[in-house]
Amino acid sequence: MNSLAPFIMILPLLGFVTVLVGGRRLGERGVGIVATGAVGLSFVAAVASFVVLLHDANREVTVTLFTWFTVDTLHVPAAVLVDPLSITMCLFVTGISTLIHLYSTAYMAGEKDYRKFFLYLNLFVFSMLTLVLANNLVLTFVGWEGVGVCSYWLVSFYFDRDAAASAGKKAFVYNRVGDIGLLIAMFLLFTHTHTLNYLGVFSATSMLSPTVATLVVLALLLAATGKSAQIPLFNWLPDAMEGPTPVSALIHAATMVTAGVYLLVRMSPVLALSSSGRLTIAIIGGLTAFVAATIATAQKDIKKVLAFSTVSQIGYMVLAVGVGAYGAAIFLMVSHAFFKALLFLGSGSVIHSLGGEQDMRRMGGLARWLPLTFPTFLIGWLTISGVPPFAGFWSKGDVLTNVFAHNKPLWVLGVVTAVLTAYYMSRLFILTFRGHERFREVTHHHDPHESPLVMTAPLVILAGLSVVGGLLDLPWAHGFSLTHFLSPTFGFVAPTAVQSTALQTGLAIVDIAAAAIGLFAAFTIWRSTVESATFEKAFFERVWRWDDAYDALLGRPLTRVAHVSSEVVEDRVIDAAVEGLGGSVRRSGEGIRKLQSGLVRQYALAMVLGVTVIVVYLVGRVR
Amino acid sequence: MTIPVSWYLVLAAVLFGIGAFGVLTRRSALIMFMCIELMLNAVNLTFVTFARTLSDIGGQTTVFFIMVVAAAEVTVGLGIVVAVFRRRASTSVDELSELQG
Amino acid sequence: MLAATYAIPDVLVFAGATLLILVGAVGVIALKNPVHSALSLIMCLLGVAVAFLSQYADFLAAVEVIVYAGAIVVLFLFVIMFLGVDKSKHPHVEPLVGQRWLAAAGVVVTTAGLITLMASSHWVGGVVAASTGGATLATGAGNVTQLGDSVFTTYLLAFEATAGLLIIAVVGAVVLARRERPVEDDTADDLETEEVDS
Repeated sequence: MNSLAPFIMILPLLGFVTVLVGGRRLGERGVGIVATGAVGLSFVAAVASFVVLLHDANREVTVTLFTWFTVDTLHVPAAVLVDPLSITMCLFVTGISTLIHLYSTAYMAGEKDYRKFFLYLNLFVFSMLTLVLANNLVLTFVGWEGVGVCSYWLVSFYFDRDAAASAGKKAFVYNRVGDIGLLIAMFLLFTHTHTLNYLGVFSATSMLSPTVATLVVLALLLAATGKSAQIPLFNWLPDAMEGPTPVSALIHAATMVTAGVYLLVRMSPVLALSSSGRLTIAIIGGLTAFVAATIATAQKDIKKVLAFSTVSQIGYMVLAVGVGAYGAAIFLMVSHAFFKALLFLGSGSVIHSLGGEQDMRRMGGLARWLPLTFPTFLIGWLTISGVPPFAGFWSKGDVLTNVFAHNKPLWVLGVVTAVLTAYYMSRLFILTFRGHERFREVTHHHDPHESPLVMTAPLVILAGLSVVGGLLDLPWAHGFSLTHFLSPTFGFVAPTAVQSTALQTGLAIVDIAAAAIGLFAAFTIWRSTVESATFEKAFFERVWRWDDAYDALLGRPLTRVAHVSSEVVEDRVIDAAVEGLGGSVRRSGEGIRKLQSGLVRQYALAMVLGVTVIVVYLVGRVR
Repeated sequence: MTIPVSWYLVLAAVLFGIGAFGVLTRRSALIMFMCIELMLNAVNLTFVTFARTLSDIGGQTTVFFIMVVAAAEVTVGLGIVVAVFRRRASTSVDELSELQG
Repeated sequence: MLAATYAIPDVLVFAGATLLILVGAVGVIALKNPVHSALSLIMCLLGVAVAFLSQYADFLAAVEVIVYAGAIVVLFLFVIMFLGVDKSKHPHVEPLVGQRWLAAAGVVVTTAGLITLMASSHWVGGVVAASTGGATLATGAGNVTQLGDSVFTTYLLAFEATAGLLIIAVVGAVVLARRERPVEDDTADDLETEEVDS
């Protein structure tokens, strides 16, 4: 029995509780050690669980901690499902979290909310691991909401800044809209299969009619677009860059945004039932990848470029899920975690060295000032652009190969996006590290300083992983590859198409060509200029006016509805009804009050009239 | 043949009505009291009439008691009128309208 | 019709009583001067006494005259003179809107209804018609004896209660009519010489 698995989740929770209770006494150093240590030990537990799982013949192990609740036929345990997919997720989540925790101890040093930062970070890791390790949809939902809330807290960490506060709110609201999808999917699944345990659902897929399955898939897709920032719920991610850079690296590059993809991959048996659902997923993924890449070409802020790049890369993952290449999607997820975290942390290092500058127009020429950041960032740049032999080439290539086998138009879109990816990343690289030292105009006296070891060590590690990451799933190593490891999870799903080596080589050459075109274009255009109106279209910079569209379609009408509700409905209808009721009682009371004139004769008259009525009645009865 | 019962009863009814009209119409407290006496007498007449027709002395006994009570009532009532008059120098009941809503 | 069926003396007595009663009553409500109203009330009460007499209520007739006309109305007159309202003016206009008309309407309808009830119901036709017409009263023991028997045996409790009632009335009248005495200032005198009362 893999009883170590629950520890993966519990250790960050313990870290959270320790920092919560004793944070003030521990001091900055202590908090950093406790938090990083908790996640580090969690990683060790994950590795141990992985080793145990490798030697276990049964590749799906459930460890039940306790029963959370049982209502009628719904039985929800707090249980952990240890299988290749969840262990893979745990490994890279805890690994990268440890590196980022380490990085943050130096990056956030001196902040007055240092302890709070690590509190949130540990809680976030706990929620993410709950999400990934849960064996039923309800517990996953708990983790899902947990990461959403921690993301909100961390994005609006500098909450006295208006931009940060509203960015956090935006992230949370978009996430919430997506959550409706997950809830609907849970309701539909429970109605038809009467269970929410993954294994139970998967064995009961025959109870789902194609229509229901499609609805479930679309609902899950909605949830995934919310959490993983795909069309139509992606605009929160760029705004979320208001949070500190380690947050962007951890949450918005490596972990939370992959939760959506994880959910879809986990529910692959249900996806298998609906081809229209899968097609929708693929289209959404492809479109998002393309749109986000175009937007990234026109951004001026270094973190915004990386944010849209994340959206674009996740688009690739979603596209892979859509065509059924689950192994490729996970492979890209893992390698993306490496190089995107590397790029974000590297940009954090750059920003840190320039004292907080994020606009690329005021950078340049940093290569000689940042001897460790520069080479690691270079490796990250080459990886994401798809240059062999780095991990990006293999993982992106894997995705595109699978897409080619199923859907040619989307493959074309994918290749175009790859060109754009190479282009905008090269633009970023050039503007930041090469060219004139434009930052001098702002920081006259200070030279940029390299970051401390605690910050550069994770960069080096991540760079190393980006270099060798491709080994995880080489196209020709069928026995020893990630896809093979993951296959029990997708065992009852149609395996990805195996293509001829020639075709694969041909597609690889196309990928290399795409990368080359992008690099070349960027170097040509951006060698001398800093701003270019033709190549930085305002339309792209304004996120295809997506935010404006939402504002016009939803924001303003809803605000008007709110105004109407508060002024018309609230004041004139509800208040009028309530006060009208009270007022009418009061008025009738005042009217009746006039009967009490205090005049005896009137009272006597009333009595006489009353007697008259009685007498008339009696006479009537007699007659 | 003695006078039929109904005649006396009609007379009593008319007397009662006149008394009631007087109570409602006159403003002076003293006159109102006198009209109340009229009404009481109408009732007395009715009781005596029925005592006669039903051969029940209880009717007359009742009249006896009514007279006692009427006397007590007048005593106290006029005492009140005197006390009120001391304050206001007027016997008009319309002025005693402070208990109003 | 009247003359054919009923004895003339009875009718005359009844007519006289009726006249006295009605004229007196109208006089009470219509006359402006309270003293005139009181005198008119006496006339009415005399008429009622006559009606009592003709209905074998001798004692009551006497009491009516002595107590009602003799004591109560005299009390009324006394208060009228005491307060001096015999000379005050009353405005002719009724301040309350519609009071007179509503009062008239109510009273007329009620009276008419009562008369109808009397005429049509078994008050006249049923039990009453079958009665002996007061034969017992007329021919039995004397009216005072009968009344005394009734008061002191059947209605003894009520009799005792009225005794208490009269005392209460007397006490009430004394209290109500008493003038307020000015408060005596005796605090300074008695402080030294005050004795503890047991």
